[in-house]
Amino acid sequence: MHTVDHSQTIIELKDVCFSYTSEDVVKNVSLQIHKGDYVGIVGPNGGGKSTFLKLMLGILRPASGTVKLFGVDISQFKDWSKIGYVPQRTTVDANFPVTVEEFVMMGRYSRLGLFHFPKQDDRERVNKSLRQVEMYEYKNRQISELSGGQQQRVFIARALASEPEAIFLDEPTVGVDVKTQKQFYELLRSLNQKLDLTLVLVTHELDIAAHEATELGYINRTLEYYGEPKEFLKGDYFHELIGKGGIRH
Amino acid sequence: MIGLFQYGFMIRGFEVGIIIAAIAPLIGIFLVLRRYSLIADTLSHVSLAGVALGLLLKINPLVAAIIASVISSIVIERLRLSKRIFGESALSIFLSGSLALAVVLISLTHGFGVDLFSYLFGSITTVKQVDVYIVGILGFFVVAAVLLFFKELVFVTIDEEAARVAGIPTKFINMLLIILASLTVALAIPIVGVLLIAALIVIPVVTALQYGQSFVKTIFFAEAISLFSVIVGIVVSFYLNLSTGGTIVLLTVFIFVITLLTGKKDHRAH
Repeated sequence: MHTVDHSQTIIELKDVCFSYTSEDVVKNVSLQIHKGDYVGIVGPNGGGKSTFLKLMLGILRPASGTVKLFGVDISQFKDWSKIGYVPQRTTVDANFPVTVEEFVMMGRYSRLGLFHFPKQDDRERVNKSLRQVEMYEYKNRQISELSGGQQQRVFIARALASEPEAIFLDEPTVGVDVKTQKQFYELLRSLNQKLDLTLVLVTHELDIAAHEATELGYINRTLEYYGEPKEFLKGDYFHELIGKGGIRH
Repeated sequence: MIGLFQYGFMIRGFEVGIIIAAIAPLIGIFLVLRRYSLIADTLSHVSLAGVALGLLLKINPLVAAIIASVISSIVIERLRLSKRIFGESALSIFLSGSLALAVVLISLTHGFGVDLFSYLFGSITTVKQVDVYIVGILGFFVVAAVLLFFKELVFVTIDEEAARVAGIPTKFINMLLIILASLTVALAIPIVGVLLIAALIVIPVVTALQYGQSFVKTIFFAEAISLFSVIVGIVVSFYLNLSTGGTIVLLTVFIFVITLLTGKKDHRAH
């Protein structure tokens, strides 16, 4: 049985608020995610799930409150190789002329820094990441030649290539068939359990999040629930979610 | 063929042409993939206003075009970032505004002279030695900047958010790209002219993209098309007494059509 090591805080949010206009999209969110946690973030559409993720990654800056990564305020944070990010697949142009290897190599850039170019050990690390997601034999293929599920694995490989301690995923299985989804979540589970990788998964699929994650966060502007998935399912949130059409069950 | 190089202007034309042929796809690939192709068109019209100002004030038109193009590119990027107006609207305003300015400045200098015509459509006969030096130095700067920031440019182009999470200074890279684009556009004026620059920046890249390749191979393929079109275009235009810029761009279009007809079938993911 996997045990969660609570000794190290990966990310800490305190009273975080954010708004695009005058109304808060995310309001007074406080939360700590620890090493080895597998966190599922669910909530109704428009409830601020993606915004919340972007705040944790520094893509958006909070209007008030603080975000700390590995104990460092996000505005001062430099150690980006500790973070892997898997964006929604649709945000990346699938017709982009890159091979799988070139794409995964981008995951090394945060370690390389400016004016440094990939060397042999970077290529080896890319190969290793591709093997971890069982996509090594596709490394010379163009990314557009892959199926949605294969592309998703390549995205994970890119995140793994920076040798991160935590991976953040934004709706990773949108547009992927059920069988491929199942394999995808098996992969995530093994990364979490075998490598002790911290995972933060934003999804509209409550059933998957509740089944896979060790911690569940329900965000609807505020973080209305954070804790064990089992407890969450007993509460009223579940019905509220279905009522608002925020999940697929 | 040997007779070609008896003329000083032909040597200067080739020197400048080869440099432009090399840098145009290098910048073009990032502009095309980021759906920024229109910016090349806009900056070329801004450059025309620069050229007109140069002719009016009797300063080197190429230098004036470079300054106008670089300054405008910075303003356009800032406008895009401020999100006060749509990016495309900013480009339209600059495109028509600078064309209007160019026309007004031209009327001040008593209309279209031969000089201006060659800036519109390109003419290697008007390439001066000082232009060769300017294009050489700034062309080297563009190539060096692309090589130094190559991996950052690629990452930001394919996935700006992920690049940001990887700690890449995306704002700086975006600004760098648009400044390099503005330099490339202005430098290409003597050879292909204001009205045809965008074609040289965009068409070889779009052609190379027909063959699904790696990023690096796509660049090399685009470079080959660009260099071939410029070199053959200069030679053909010399012997047949045609417009240099027009001949070069027609060649790129010709190659594009051939690749469309013979290219591999579309097997891309949807």
